Amino acid sequence: MFSVRIHGRGGQGTVTAAELLSVAAFDEGRYAQAFPTFGSERTGAPVVAYCRIDDRPIRLREPIEHPDALIVQDLTLLHQTSIFAGLSPRGFLLLNTSRTLEELLEHGLAGPAAELPAGHTVTVAGTELARTHLGRPLPNAGLLGAFAALTGQVSLASVSDAIRGRFAGAVAAGNVATAEAAHEQVLTTLGRPADA
Amino acid sequence: MRSQIEGSQAVAQAIARCRPQVIAAYPISPQTHIVESLSDLVRTGDLEGCEYLMVESEFGAMSACIGAAAAGTRTYTATSSQGLLFMAEALFNASGLGLPTVMTVANRAIGAPINIWNDHSDTMAMRDSGWIQLYAESNQEAADLHLQAFRLAEQLELPVMVCMDGFVLTHAFEPVDLPEQADVDAYLPPRVPRQALDPEEPMTIGAMVGPEAFTEVRYLMHAKQAAALDIIPTLASEFEERFGRSSGGLVRPYRLDGAEIVVVALGSILGTIQDVVDTLREEGVPIGVLGIGCFRPWPEEEVRAALASARQVLVVERSFAPGVGGIVSRDVRLSLNGLAAEVFEVAAGLGGRPVTRESLRRLIADVREGRMPANTLHFLDLDTQVVQRELRRPGTGVPPGPHVDHLTRESGR
Repeated sequence: MFSVRIHGRGGQGTVTAAELLSVAAFDEGRYAQAFPTFGSERTGAPVVAYCRIDDRPIRLREPIEHPDALIVQDLTLLHQTSIFAGLSPRGFLLLNTSRTLEELLEHGLAGPAAELPAGHTVTVAGTELARTHLGRPLPNAGLLGAFAALTGQVSLASVSDAIRGRFAGAVAAGNVATAEAAHEQVLTTLGRPADA
Repeated sequence: MRSQIEGSQAVAQAIARCRPQVIAAYPISPQTHIVESLSDLVRTGDLEGCEYLMVESEFGAMSACIGAAAAGTRTYTATSSQGLLFMAEALFNASGLGLPTVMTVANRAIGAPINIWNDHSDTMAMRDSGWIQLYAESNQEAADLHLQAFRLAEQLELPVMVCMDGFVLTHAFEPVDLPEQADVDAYLPPRVPRQALDPEEPMTIGAMVGPEAFTEVRYLMHAKQAAALDIIPTLASEFEERFGRSSGGLVRPYRLDGAEIVVVALGSILGTIQDVVDTLREEGVPIGVLGIGCFRPWPEEEVRAALASARQVLVVERSFAPGVGGIVSRDVRLSLNGLAAEVFEVAAGLGGRPVTRESLRRLIADVREGRMPANTLHFLDLDTQVVQRELRRPGTGVPPGPHVDHLTRESGR
């Protein structure tokens, strides 16, 4: 089983990101389960959503305390909640920021990044990419594209299909373009060829 | 067709395929997505021949269902928590009049203190309302149970609640094989009411019954519930024949072969328990699970038979009766009357507290190693420090007041 925890704020599409990730995995013939932390959601409040991906049916319903991958949509959450808690020592860390990983490390803002294996942490400017391609600062589609590049758990094509299944017209196209751009940015950062 | 879908959407789709003629509902979390989706399906014309009534309250919703069901139509509603309690009076009318409404309850705790998260205190509070209560383990089962619920309700002329864990199921995306319309039509033919209100031929239903016959009316209600115990397994096996998967039924045994300790539970917690049991079996622990699919009527014989060779029975339930103990536990204990098994009562997952594998493993170890007394209610993961401090409070000179406010103040510090 591969488990993902996503931290964001109300309005950033945190729950939708987990749902779309589960749809992408399902479309690849795998089993997936996505669920949010349930509460009185409101814009700006910390939100956590989860996604499990497996090759057999998933019965487990506890929250994910030890994720294999952590997606942080908003680094300002760092000051409020222990967002890095429980990340597997061989896990993946995806941070939405326009800063580089080196800058974050220098300021002690990258959590356990220094202890993770090489190539397991990346930063991606999801919000800026969304502003460019979608016209709105919604980082979730970009982060899913980046997640596909970082972990290989789902393909970019499945992520794009899941986005098109959820949204229509210009919104779908803008989100897909954001996911593609973020995917490419991560491949470049990791020094992998874009056609891999 | 299998799709990766939110639990609420899966239920709404399944309901739409059951071709309800009247839906009367009032939104309340975490049930809202279901009726929102159904009202959309009616508006767009995808659900034909259905009148959707946006009523003023849950009491209005159940009252409208009563009227519509009495007029001979297939009726549906959904609610949660305080909404279910607000319906309470009408619930007893629906069952007393023998009206076959189907209702989804997205299980949620009851306030005060206000809490929107999952537990079973809402449906457990209404356990003696004369409604049949079926509990879903997964979203697949939640969708499937509604088809069986309409068959059961209309065959017996009794209302049926399908209980699914709020948020844990209603808001979870997972694969659900949605039943095809043609299969649903074959499994669930249109309702043929035995009597229906008709303005052309007026009659009265629900007239006053005096002491001379009330006992007999109540006896017949009890007998109808008992009849459900025979019909439910038949409906489940017919369902399996047509749809190729097992859903519903009275009880669901899991790895009971040679099980000396058996965990009894209902609802979505069963999946996590099964995972724990698989691990413990690998470690050589003789443990199994008994899922309760139908809580009302209580399948006493099936529970007794399934637990006959267990030495320790651990009931994990998402509600309790204050001042008494476990609710499901009591029914289990009575079912085991005369058998040697010890029964352990555990309230878990109250007000949305997650029930984790780790906590369950610790609990099972405590039971096996004799650290937990039988027949006494135990609260899983209770913060004993907090409750001890609160219990000592009256003697410390601190002004008394509601525990709720003390705990809220302290957790906010």
